[in-house]
Amino acid sequence: MTDRRATTTLPSDTEITLSRVFDAPRRLVWEAMTQPQHIKRWWGRGNDLEVTLDFRPGGSYRYVEHAEDGTDYAFRGEIREIVPQERVVQTFEFEGMPGHIAVETMTLEDQDGKTLVVIRSSFSSTEDRDGMLSSGMEDGANASYDALDALLAELQR
Amino acid sequence: MTDHLSRVFAALADPTRRAILARLADGNATVNELAAPFSISLQAVSKHLKVLEAAGLITRGRDAQWRPCRLEPEPLRQVAEWAEQYRRHWDERFEHLDSYLRELTKERGND
Repeated sequence: MTDRRATTTLPSDTEITLSRVFDAPRRLVWEAMTQPQHIKRWWGRGNDLEVTLDFRPGGSYRYVEHAEDGTDYAFRGEIREIVPQERVVQTFEFEGMPGHIAVETMTLEDQDGKTLVVIRSSFSSTEDRDGMLSSGMEDGANASYDALDALLAELQR
Repeated sequence: MTDHLSRVFAALADPTRRAILARLADGNATVNELAAPFSISLQAVSKHLKVLEAAGLITRGRDAQWRPCRLEPEPLRQVAEWAEQYRRHWDERFEHLDSYLRELTKERGND
């Protein structure tokens, strides 16, 4: 139980899901994931984050992450669907790779007073999926055998 | 690379094929051995093996009688790396969300 890493599954050749349980009620997790003043505090992974968010169906968002080395990374998307405290469907696009748009579905579920968060990313093509792969190649090799172990463990589940 | 990775993903999409790979991770096996845990025909298992072979996920011995199957980890490693990068990215984010939620819970508790 000490391993708190997110669980990954590959439901199809253009989809990936991540799940993790948070020790907080669903109402609070929802707030933290959907309100700009809260998103600022975690989405940037410790980097400063500018958040512009119009949280409604048909609305949009833009996040700019200021990395320590001075580089800015901007992400944007449209909000497609909102079921309060349950589900958000939105698009996701890294401005550094314009036109490669993924659809993200986030779902929240009660789990014994805790909250299970599942994020499912669907890429519109295998090229987009692989594009994301190559854009994050910087430290790919290091953990590859760990990754293989993890995948094999998942296959055995 | 794209086509190849796609074949691997497609091969992995089927639960029987994933179970076959998981079995092979423990060691080489014959078609009969691989078929044993499933309630499907040998022919069906052979079909799955063909898909896995085409994706480069397994190789089969030359002995016509036995043709033992062997797991080839390299293509699996490529997919695993892809998933791992994605997971690591979100893990960092989730770590921050987790500590932030603790903070929020404390704040709210003190109201």
